[in-house]
Amino acid sequence: MQVSMFHLMPHRELPDDFEQRYSSVWVDPPWWELADARRVGQYYNWTLDELTYAAKMGLDGVCVNEHHQNAYGFMPGPNLMGAALARATNDLNTAIVQMGSTLPTTNPPIRVAEEYAMLDCISGGRLVAGMPLGSPMDANQVYGITPIEQRERYYEAHDLILKAWQSREMFAWNGKYQQLGKVNLWPRPIQQPYPPVWVPGTGSYSTWEFSARHDHCYCYLSYFGAQAALQVMNGFWSFVEDYGLKKNPYRAGFLQLVAVSETDERAELDYAEHVKYFYNKCLHIPPHYFGPPGHQDYRSLEKGIRSGFANKMQEELGRLKQYSYRDFVDNQFVIAGSPATVREQLRQAAKDLRVGNLMVLLHIGSMPHHLTIKNISMFATEVLPYLRDLWDDEGWENEWFPERLRMIRQPAAAGS
Amino acid sequence: MTTAVSEKRVATLRGEANPRIQIAGEGPPVVYLHGAMGLVWDGFLDSLSQEHTVYAPEHPGTTPGDPDGIKAVDDLWDLVLHYYDLFDQLGLESPAIVGHSFGGMVAAEIAATNPDRASKLVLISPVGLWRDDVPVAQFLTMSPSEVAEIAFFDPKGPVAEQVMAVPEDPEAAVETALRTTWSQACTGKFMWPLPEKGLRKRLYRIKAPTLIVWGNQDRLVPPAYAEEFADRIANSRVQKFDKAAHLPQLEQLEAVSKTVREFLAG
Repeated sequence: MQVSMFHLMPHRELPDDFEQRYSSVWVDPPWWELADARRVGQYYNWTLDELTYAAKMGLDGVCVNEHHQNAYGFMPGPNLMGAALARATNDLNTAIVQMGSTLPTTNPPIRVAEEYAMLDCISGGRLVAGMPLGSPMDANQVYGITPIEQRERYYEAHDLILKAWQSREMFAWNGKYQQLGKVNLWPRPIQQPYPPVWVPGTGSYSTWEFSARHDHCYCYLSYFGAQAALQVMNGFWSFVEDYGLKKNPYRAGFLQLVAVSETDERAELDYAEHVKYFYNKCLHIPPHYFGPPGHQDYRSLEKGIRSGFANKMQEELGRLKQYSYRDFVDNQFVIAGSPATVREQLRQAAKDLRVGNLMVLLHIGSMPHHLTIKNISMFATEVLPYLRDLWDDEGWENEWFPERLRMIRQPAAAGS
Repeated sequence: MTTAVSEKRVATLRGEANPRIQIAGEGPPVVYLHGAMGLVWDGFLDSLSQEHTVYAPEHPGTTPGDPDGIKAVDDLWDLVLHYYDLFDQLGLESPAIVGHSFGGMVAAEIAATNPDRASKLVLISPVGLWRDDVPVAQFLTMSPSEVAEIAFFDPKGPVAEQVMAVPEDPEAAVETALRTTWSQACTGKFMWPLPEKGLRKRLYRIKAPTLIVWGNQDRLVPPAYAEEFADRIANSRVQKFDKAAHLPQLEQLEAVSKTVREFLAG
């Protein structure tokens, strides 16, 4: 199994009464009341240090993503972070996992092709090219993308990027949303025919279908933990089978919050407040922000309304505010505890979900730098070595990982 | 409801769109263009149909059972052509056009692009213009209760209750939620992120006598926009109504119906 560290780069010091005083963590939290540019500069540097440390400790990849106008995770330019990480890890065998540049909001979309190619060149072919659709807050509210056009724009941008990477000849692109007369990309990626593509999703059928059609890795990004993900991933794997594809576990990625300490009790002391901060403050988002009309296509909308899913999601978000640390841990929203606990639960979860590309969120909410370093260190030395061989007996190859890194089993980090 | 409403489907845009039109009444033709929440045959249309043949088309994609109808219409230019096709199919050379909110913007676009296709124009709380000092509310990003708060003079009153009502029957409730959400998705295609797509540069072309109707308490599209429209349309006048917000034709049903019918008859 390949395990990468994900980082959101959240605001780490929101006020205690944030969720009472402000209506949303996203789109409209007032910068001037809540943040300080110098302090934020420190957050960015800590984030880079933490991810670089994870790479040095033997994590297989480091992941960043793109979001706008929020305190939940604000890397509006993920490739700026990716460039710093590619440079800092040039002597390591770490994948640079960009999860990534948002296709419908990057104009023209060949900008994504160019910047990803730059990252692949700088990193010596270690890029994973994430291709997100964009959250409704980012894409529709902040970046002004018409909701009903978002998916069409995504599909067109995807096709343009893949063609721009591969075409031997200059070509004209006469799309519905993009017209470019002379596409002749400089630079091109090292990885041929193009870097592995990961498609983040939240369980919608159309994203499964899209990933399968293009043979990309589907990554289920959820904060509701491994147990809640089981239904979605079972659905995904039966879809994969029906589609006639091999059930290679590396075809799927999954994000899990993970917190490791010396003992289960110590983990609660170390992490409880940060877990609660994450769910109470970082996910303090009005439910209707997730569903501007047209963001979902008609079939998904109908399915959501008929199944009551939209209402359930609202109720679930409301309920989270009442959850204790134990609730989050017992329901595996966070897999937390002693190395033995985390090892066992995480291995079982990855196995149940049939996930080969695991992403772990090792910085959670308000976690300070020194505690993040501890979490990374303990995870890398006392958990990671016990996860790596999970799929070995089935003999799969991780076709969705940079080729030069696929066969490398990172040495166990010092101290293990 | 006493009015007998019939339905008709026509083909527009080379047959790629197939809009449904609700039709009632007898008399000179009036085309009614609905707002973002979708077409609901209401008391105002009942009133119009007493002296007119009212043609109320559903905007592309908003007809239940035809959600993909929106795919035939890429932009505002397509939408205007779609309506000329629809007028042709209904045999309407130059009808009176009444439009509410988003429908008002579309009515103005139709009448500005080809001034010969509208004999009279009634714009009820139309969107389509923008002023930084009195911005139009971004209603497509708001929750239903937030919208109700600014769209109604009395958000707890009988009109608000009737318009926002969720049917008791679960299947009907699902259909209502789907219809209103998808109507906003489809009309939002021409209003996102702000409902200002250059109409200010085209309004001068309108030749039709124009009545501009506004609710004094409209906080969704503030009444200051009434004069913005009037200043750009040569043969126009403004009528504002008290105790009315964004749906004056329902909140002041009798007064607005009377004013509109007199204007159409005059």
